[in-house]
Amino acid sequence: MSAPHVTGIGLLAPTGMGVEQYWSATLAGACGIGKVTRFDTAGYPAVLAGEVDGFEAREHLSSRMLPQTDHMTRMALVASDWALADAGVKPDELPDFAAGVVTASSAGGFEFGHRELEALWSKGSDHVSAYQSFAWFYAVNTGQISIRQGLRGPGGVVVTEQSGGLDVLAMARRRLRDGAELMLAGGVDSGLCPWGWVAQIASDRLSYRDDPARAYLPFDTDATGFVPGEGGAILVVENDVRPGARSYGTIAGHASTFDPPAGSGRPGTLRRAIENALADAGADAAEVDVVFADAAGVPELDRAEAVAITEVFGPVPVTAPKAGVGRLYSGGASLDVVAALLAIRDEVVPPTPNVARLAPGIDLDLVVGRPRHKKIRTALVVARGYGGYNSAVVLRAS
Amino acid sequence: MDNSARPARRVVVTGIGVVAPGGTGRAAFWDLISNGRTATRRITFFDPSPFRSQVAAECDFDPIERGLTPRQARRMDRAAQFAVVAAREAVTDSGLAVDPARTGVAVGSAVGCTTGLEQEYSVVSDSGRKWHVDNNYAVPQLFDYYVPSSISSEVAWDVGAEGPVALISTGCTSGLDAVGHGRDVIAEGGADVVIAGATDAPISPITLACFDAIKATTNRNDEPHTASRPFDRSRNGFVLAEAAAVFVLEEREHARRRGARIYAEISGFATRCNAFHMTGLRPDGREMAEAIRVALAQGRIAPTEVDYVNAHGSGTKQNDRHETAAVKITLGEHAYRTPMSSIKSMIGHSLGAIGSVEIAACLLAMEHDVLPPTANLHEPDPECDLDYIPLVAREKRADVVLTVGSGFGGFQSAMVLDRRSA
Repeated sequence: MSAPHVTGIGLLAPTGMGVEQYWSATLAGACGIGKVTRFDTAGYPAVLAGEVDGFEAREHLSSRMLPQTDHMTRMALVASDWALADAGVKPDELPDFAAGVVTASSAGGFEFGHRELEALWSKGSDHVSAYQSFAWFYAVNTGQISIRQGLRGPGGVVVTEQSGGLDVLAMARRRLRDGAELMLAGGVDSGLCPWGWVAQIASDRLSYRDDPARAYLPFDTDATGFVPGEGGAILVVENDVRPGARSYGTIAGHASTFDPPAGSGRPGTLRRAIENALADAGADAAEVDVVFADAAGVPELDRAEAVAITEVFGPVPVTAPKAGVGRLYSGGASLDVVAALLAIRDEVVPPTPNVARLAPGIDLDLVVGRPRHKKIRTALVVARGYGGYNSAVVLRAS
Repeated sequence: MDNSARPARRVVVTGIGVVAPGGTGRAAFWDLISNGRTATRRITFFDPSPFRSQVAAECDFDPIERGLTPRQARRMDRAAQFAVVAAREAVTDSGLAVDPARTGVAVGSAVGCTTGLEQEYSVVSDSGRKWHVDNNYAVPQLFDYYVPSSISSEVAWDVGAEGPVALISTGCTSGLDAVGHGRDVIAEGGADVVIAGATDAPISPITLACFDAIKATTNRNDEPHTASRPFDRSRNGFVLAEAAAVFVLEEREHARRRGARIYAEISGFATRCNAFHMTGLRPDGREMAEAIRVALAQGRIAPTEVDYVNAHGSGTKQNDRHETAAVKITLGEHAYRTPMSSIKSMIGHSLGAIGSVEIAACLLAMEHDVLPPTANLHEPDPECDLDYIPLVAREKRADVVLTVGSGFGGFQSAMVLDRRSA
């Protein structure tokens, strides 16, 4: 079976809106992490986030859309516009039912949900928005994008936390194999409100540091957790490259596995996810030119990932540009896929910002400091979702 | 878009587990729906009097009695508890010995851990008094509620699956789409077995309030036991419910080799977006019709071969007309000869779970040669003019069954189950 092509990209990241802005900041090792501005963090142990600066929804969406959408849906809608424009696709010129949408979500429209919970509990049920029935739920981005773009083909929503940003590409690939001509696929997340913040603090995985350059240090000897972020990417994925269109690369392979519970005595399964993705792509480990790591920023998880990568590949360049934006939940892996495709395009591995000294036991060739120029034909992206989810995607130059 | 290349790896169902209103377990569930009894009632979980709609189909479910440890019961949201209990019943029913690396999980849920979230919200916000909610009062499992993928994690850990695992959340078609996803994973070779199904436990104040706000749920509060009235002229909204159903899906040769009892093959599945409105439906039903058409084509099934249609039949004015139109488009004249019923008339609408619960109803109907009825259907809507099996179950052999779902976000899904090929 032929591998589908990524023909369009729309993204919003803490280091930039749009492909080129994000990519130049990523190559420069820029850090988009800062003090949370969306709400007051006084009293909370975590104070930093990767926020998408300068996103004004009203500049892009009609006033009718604003009351019925959470912040993350607004970003997803704009990303879908940009992705289709980048691909040069006008959806209404496609055959009926030929194009669909699949998205990944981690926590839905949590800020919208917070406002409505407060309305209910402080004022009563008459004060709950008529849009609450759909604005917060996990399927909202697929539904809203399909409506906005007029896409009546297959729809889908996968929820596997951070892994979702990769699993959604496998879902898009299935629908293309079934006969769809084009799929929009990706993840965009945001949970930056007090209620979302308290829920994320409960994970016990957030960094409580207040220095943006020292808070999220995956694989570093000084790692203490991660900084959450918002944003993500929506991709246009097609079986064939239309005349005059461009391919950023192909989705050559995917696999996912699930870890046994802590304390079971059974080994983790990340290595098998990577190996299965390579097998799915028909790729030998030696073909992989760069690995985009999940980079949890939690020491034991970092070690487990480093061991899995080393076991499969031996020495290979590894990078984690997400150290400059934070972990964006399902948006994070989608953004990593974009970074990997651009690395293939420009023959350069972006650096891992802020990380300086690898922790003991982490024997990786981590690209830090400055970008590393090299020919890249094949890239592997790893994502792990809280609760045991492991996924890997193999991307190839077209 | 016919997916004309039928996958080489075909997928069958070898185990069923159900947690539904009116009784836990597939036997109690079948007893209820085959006898046309209803499990809708005035809400007992909390005082529903501030709400417009005060009826629901609740499960009388005790997690400890159903085998969960106190620790599991404390950790898991009710939706996860349902899913784990239903998954255990399904695995036991199938007689399967789980091979971890070749076993996946796909759980559908529309609203995830919404009940647990709302309970914790009320604590950290001091009953809504504080916008700046207090993390010092948060329980450790709050993050598990934040990411509903914790539900599929719990199921995977409990059954010992280490293959592809996912939560599928497409609103009220989640229960069909999760089983369809499980079928996809097996068909493409990612696993030989997928524990697939769906769960929702949404009966909480915020869910009532959100459906009140758009009058989607019925306000027939004085007649709770007959409040769910799909296809009836007097229907005025759905009855909220909670439930779970989980299946063992297996690659057909894998099931045959171990001599498993096979309920049916999942011979077709498709889903389409209506790209129309987040809660509204185009009256012509064309997107659901397209999903049905593709699902039948995948299974190489002619419309005239369909023996029974399990309807979405939510009991809202627009839904029941919409799907009646969709079934007429796809089955043509045969639509008028094909029995079609809505079990939501008896067990309400459990959002993302119901699609899987309805698959369970279809498989049990095939097993027993009995089609469950549409309860409370005394006077059909003139625009709903098919054979909805009113009030009383019907003895009939059904080899090919179509089940459909429709949900907020515009999702329209259809699945075809065929036991001739099993």
